[in-house]
Amino acid sequence: MTATRPVVEMSAITVEFSGVRVLDDVDLTLYPGEVHALMGENGAGKSTLIGALAGTVPIRSGEVRIEGEERTPAGVARSRAEGIATVFQETHLSPHLTVAENVMIGNEVRGTFGIDWKANRARAAEVLARLGLDDLDPRSPLSALSPAVKQLVAVARALVLEPRVLILDEPTSSLDAAEVHTLLRVVRGLRDHGVAVLFVSHFIEQVFDVADRMTVLRGGRFVGEFPADELDRAELISKMIGEDIDALKALRSERLAHHYCASGEPTLRASELGRRGTLDPTDIELSRGEIVGLAGLNGSGRSELARLMGGAERADSGEIWMDGVRVQLRSPGAALRRRVALSTENLRDEGIIRGLTARENIVLALQAMRGWSRPLSAGERAGLVETYLDTLHLSPDDIDRPVEELSGGTQQKVLLARLLATRPHVLILDEPTRGIDIGAKLDIQRRVARLAGEGVAVVFISSQMEEVVRLSDRIVVLKDREKIGELSNGPGVTVDTIVEMIAADLDGESEELFGHDCDTGLVSVKQFTLNCSR
Amino acid sequence: MSANAHGPSEALKGLVRRQYFWGIVAIALLLLVNLVKDPGYLAVSIGQSGNLAGNVIDILRAAAPIILIAVGMCLVVSTGGIDLSVGSVMAVAGAVSMEFLNGASDTVGSGLAAVGLVVIVSAALGAVNGVLVSVVGLQPFISTLVIMLAGRGLAKVITGGQNTTATNETFRWIANGYVLGLPVVFLLALLLALLMGLLVRRSALGLMLEAIGMDAKAARLAGVNRRALLFTVYILGGVLAGFAGVFATASVMTVDVSRTGYQLELDAILAVVIGGTSLAGGKFNITGAVVGAILIATLDKTVVFLGVSSSATPAFKAVVIVVLCLLQSERVRRMFRQRRAAGAARPAEREVVAA
Repeated sequence: MTATRPVVEMSAITVEFSGVRVLDDVDLTLYPGEVHALMGENGAGKSTLIGALAGTVPIRSGEVRIEGEERTPAGVARSRAEGIATVFQETHLSPHLTVAENVMIGNEVRGTFGIDWKANRARAAEVLARLGLDDLDPRSPLSALSPAVKQLVAVARALVLEPRVLILDEPTSSLDAAEVHTLLRVVRGLRDHGVAVLFVSHFIEQVFDVADRMTVLRGGRFVGEFPADELDRAELISKMIGEDIDALKALRSERLAHHYCASGEPTLRASELGRRGTLDPTDIELSRGEIVGLAGLNGSGRSELARLMGGAERADSGEIWMDGVRVQLRSPGAALRRRVALSTENLRDEGIIRGLTARENIVLALQAMRGWSRPLSAGERAGLVETYLDTLHLSPDDIDRPVEELSGGTQQKVLLARLLATRPHVLILDEPTRGIDIGAKLDIQRRVARLAGEGVAVVFISSQMEEVVRLSDRIVVLKDREKIGELSNGPGVTVDTIVEMIAADLDGESEELFGHDCDTGLVSVKQFTLNCSR
Repeated sequence: MSANAHGPSEALKGLVRRQYFWGIVAIALLLLVNLVKDPGYLAVSIGQSGNLAGNVIDILRAAAPIILIAVGMCLVVSTGGIDLSVGSVMAVAGAVSMEFLNGASDTVGSGLAAVGLVVIVSAALGAVNGVLVSVVGLQPFISTLVIMLAGRGLAKVITGGQNTTATNETFRWIANGYVLGLPVVFLLALLLALLMGLLVRRSALGLMLEAIGMDAKAARLAGVNRRALLFTVYILGGVLAGFAGVFATASVMTVDVSRTGYQLELDAILAVVIGGTSLAGGKFNITGAVVGAILIATLDKTVVFLGVSSSATPAFKAVVIVVLCLLQSERVRRMFRQRRAAGAARPAEREVVAA
């Protein structure tokens, strides 16, 4: 493979944003017919390097050679012409256009009388079929699709160009297992046809599954380039972050040691809480100092339950009681005043406000709770920010920059700080660790564990089930818009326990077996296993 | 780094980087053009009883109503909305006050009562906008367009289609009086703009407005009460337009129901844009809006002073504003920056050229 000429050679690339050096002397080489993984934490400079290659980020110094020819004025059109196609982390699609229009935009098939829509739809359908979306109507509006399908449509848009170099920035973060499988198969297919694929993902298993070589970045610097089969997972992780891998393990055992059993009146109790078409009526109890994990697949109802409890969506059935008092949580504002704080899974749409600074973002929810006429004093604001700089390892340089300039992990921390500033009694975190690096993940998980220790009732949702298992005292399992059971966490509970539970659930009958009695938590699991083998 | 060392130059650089910097430059240029035509243009004479008089004072007086509606517009625009009704609200305010004063005695009390009445009526019209936008959920453009059309009709109904005239010395003083040698209207406009500035920046109103303007969904999740905020903002816009209506009618003590405030909403929008507030919502700049309003007034006076034929007036205005918007646009600014950077990088070359 190394005998062939590289299609992309980037050497000594340096990029600065408003005086801050975000890439420092970084190299990247791509050969035709390889899948090359770009690895690093959030803020390592992956997205910037991709931008530099795709022509969206101006390079301060360094050299980019495409097929051996030096490229001077970078630009999106230029890199497109060179056959470099990019699928960005935020899918840049137009929700009001149809699928076919989204796929073909900029590359429309033209006939004698302008755009030939029929041919366009056919071409779009052809590309979509390669991604396993043969049953998707190219005429349907994009806004009707799930995030996962949208992601695949974005990939399809890139494939229309028949690129020589395909850049995939976190293409799988919103996909389920089957969709990931399809996508990886397409990636391999492209590689076999001589395309160079630059693959960026936080899912280490996927990377090892598909990548031939990898380039590792840390803190904007080049760490090294390695063939995938000469590096094992632990080595890779330590190259990316250094030493934090043991800390994750420690966190798990720490959580188990302090395993908390709730007693007394729950902080929040919901009975028959539901909304037609979203979630079947569900009971749930959250107690002081307890972390309740919601586990289930995409679309199982875990996010929907979180949204109903946090006031983001209005329930049409059921009741919510807080400390024994019936409450109405009609809006996120009302929930916050009742000390229920929710962070949704859509960090970008429903989380941080990108144009405001980190400081303003942190203050916002507390300020909204107080009303605009009673502003926080400068001292109070400084105090708040000070607190979270420390506990969340935010950098003081970041605090007065618009949040959109910060990395995903930092944005998530800013959002968490905003919620914590309201001193919630119930904290609902939907995918707080999606798409962020291990260091930031660890910070957030540690912080969540500490909050529970301080008496907050925490709901933790993650599509990475090992995270749920690592953190939770109790796990509520959902499937097909309803709760199918609860598990009291303990040494016997693993990801497999949950997966088996979901797989074994036929019609919700097994619920009785999983009474979340603290003392018998482990026993229930055994009963369940028995049930399975029967 | 240290502020002391480069104090003035740093401050100047800060000013240059402001969006409304070019607005200030444009005002200076227009005045310069007038000065070239008539060297005595900028002269300010002190009339009897120490009042200042002159072209500049006239400009400030004319700017007063525009300043008010521009400040109100600025807040509405920051929420991602727009208020087309301000001109009509001015007409209604004028009609209400003139009708009231026409039947009232010429006392200080009735003058103040007229102002009070204007505040109530214009707040009510603002509230209608607010309800349509925040509760009903209509697009701001449509809601305020409705009030723009209905408002002028309402003004005509109030005066019975007449251009009502009245006499009240107190009311007249608002437009024609002087304090410390400066026109009362201008001082009042500045005072109100300053009060609004303090209101939005000292309270958290400004932050909340920017939050909903930038990302309404995320702001909702942060617990921001969008509905109440929108309602507040349209009422503020209405009241400010009401005051502007008082200013516009008090100088002649006549309301011209079809001319008062006519198309001033467009001037207000221009002033806001010149001041560096994006029509897409989000960050806003009240100082910028005030600068923009003064520029519009300067432009109007200049057109008259230069004797541009009245049919060409709008085109002249348009050219000035297009140039200004070009200078402010991110793309042109970047071009300038690059050129400057390139120039700095090749001083030797320059010397050669110079030699």
